[in-house]
Amino acid sequence: MTAAAGNPGGAGSLPAPAPPVNPETQEFWAATAADRLLLKRCLDCGSVIWYPRAICPDCSSLRTEWFAASGRGHVYSYTVNHRGEGVYQGSTPFVLAYVELEEGPRVMTNVVEADAADLAVGLPVDVVFHDTGDGSALPRFRPRKDQ
Amino acid sequence: MTIRGKSHIAGAYEHPDRKIPDKSVAQVHAEVALGAVADAGLSLSDVDAYFCAGDAPGFGPLSMADYLGLKRLRYLDSTETGGSSYLVHVGHAAAAIAEGKCQVALITLAGLPRSRPVPRPSSSALAPEAAFELPFGPTTVSMYALAARRHMYEYGTTSAQLAAIKVAASQHAQHNPRAMLPNPVTVEEVLESPMISDPLHRLDCCVISDGGGALVVVSPEVARDLPRQTVTVLGHGESPKLADNGRIDLTYTGAVWSGPRAFEEAGVTQADIDYVSIYDSFTITVLQTIEDLGFCEKGKGGAFVADGSLLAPHGRLPFNTDGGGLCNNHPVNRGGMTKVIEAVRQLRGEANGPVQVPDCQLALAHGNGGSLGTRSAAATLILGREDA
Repeated sequence: MTAAAGNPGGAGSLPAPAPPVNPETQEFWAATAADRLLLKRCLDCGSVIWYPRAICPDCSSLRTEWFAASGRGHVYSYTVNHRGEGVYQGSTPFVLAYVELEEGPRVMTNVVEADAADLAVGLPVDVVFHDTGDGSALPRFRPRKDQ
Repeated sequence: MTIRGKSHIAGAYEHPDRKIPDKSVAQVHAEVALGAVADAGLSLSDVDAYFCAGDAPGFGPLSMADYLGLKRLRYLDSTETGGSSYLVHVGHAAAAIAEGKCQVALITLAGLPRSRPVPRPSSSALAPEAAFELPFGPTTVSMYALAARRHMYEYGTTSAQLAAIKVAASQHAQHNPRAMLPNPVTVEEVLESPMISDPLHRLDCCVISDGGGALVVVSPEVARDLPRQTVTVLGHGESPKLADNGRIDLTYTGAVWSGPRAFEEAGVTQADIDYVSIYDSFTITVLQTIEDLGFCEKGKGGAFVADGSLLAPHGRLPFNTDGGGLCNNHPVNRGGMTKVIEAVRQLRGEANGPVQVPDCQLALAHGNGGSLGTRSAAATLILGREDA
């Protein structure tokens, strides 16, 4: 394994492909462009909803609201991928991960600015936003610096 | 209502080739369809139900049914659950036959990903989750690697234990003259093969092959008049496993639900099973499935596979005696079809000699389609010899 497994500040900068945005998710992506991570909460059962959608998958309610997430979490699982596809083809190795947010949901993301030796399940991480150039930013995570 | 004993697999056919640059996908579907009906002692004109999945070119089941000239159809099913689709189809065909909806069901799989790499279907970009997953660069291997990593974290599973699964498959593949990778490998060779997506090495991954396969499921009335020994469908279970509103758990599969349903319907237990075909897209897929089907305690799969349990003919749980997707064949990146076909061979006593399980009476075939790292669908079949 190479030392720097995904370092968007350095030579191995990760691509930030723009996500498809639709009316259901427009608010989420607009917030990312302002470095804010939004989540949805169900107004009937209180569940935090991930990924964002109009229906609560726990109680079928259509009454949901956006709220600001802390942007803090820990690594639930990760892999150092040596075979990128599509726009990631020239960006290997990079880290694909599930991060468990403080609010509960486990979200697919990349861990960036991490040395391979520091990667571990349970690693505390904070959100960073990588501009897609299309009015949105990808929420990625880096090791927490106050640890 | 139960489907137990109410239908039979009368025809099973695996395309002999692993690289087919000079044919169309529809043409290979036709070749496997003809192979399976011939194996059953039937012809395409006997087929009154057609089942296919996303690998079939065209519009659902209609294009291929038209291409094949199926003129008596009264039942169609194009359930798409990735590599497990074909086990789902057997279960659905068994139910349809039990209800008298049809009598001769044809199921086909074919494709040419080795000769002509298939782009990710455009429909996946339209999925509601797409924006929250695809921009981060997930690949098929990396999604299974995430599952392997978490299983290692929770249960202490090791890369050497995963490698033992590949080693067993390679031991079986050496007896299969059609296997893409016929040479036995060692645990060390697996661990020394290039890292694809940590902790999965190249030899933890299945092969990519052109080809296909087909099955014919028939009613008992039809089976009675056929010259060929058939296989009885005893039980079926299927279940999706979803991301569950952000509560995704990468340590188990939908087999925890499909398995008990199939065992209950068949009226048998794990101890009764003589042979298993377990979908082996990656070594971790096999490990989790064996645990989830109850062949060993959850979390103890690593120790179970490391002591030779999977080796045919005399291991505790002989598996994938054709070499599986890891060594033999993985047509269209969809391994469920070949799992059923090898189970049929075992129950007919037609597996390759050195790996034929003696007096094989009961077999289990299992598929897991989609991605272990996001959304997947498990399907379990329990099959018995004709007189079971």
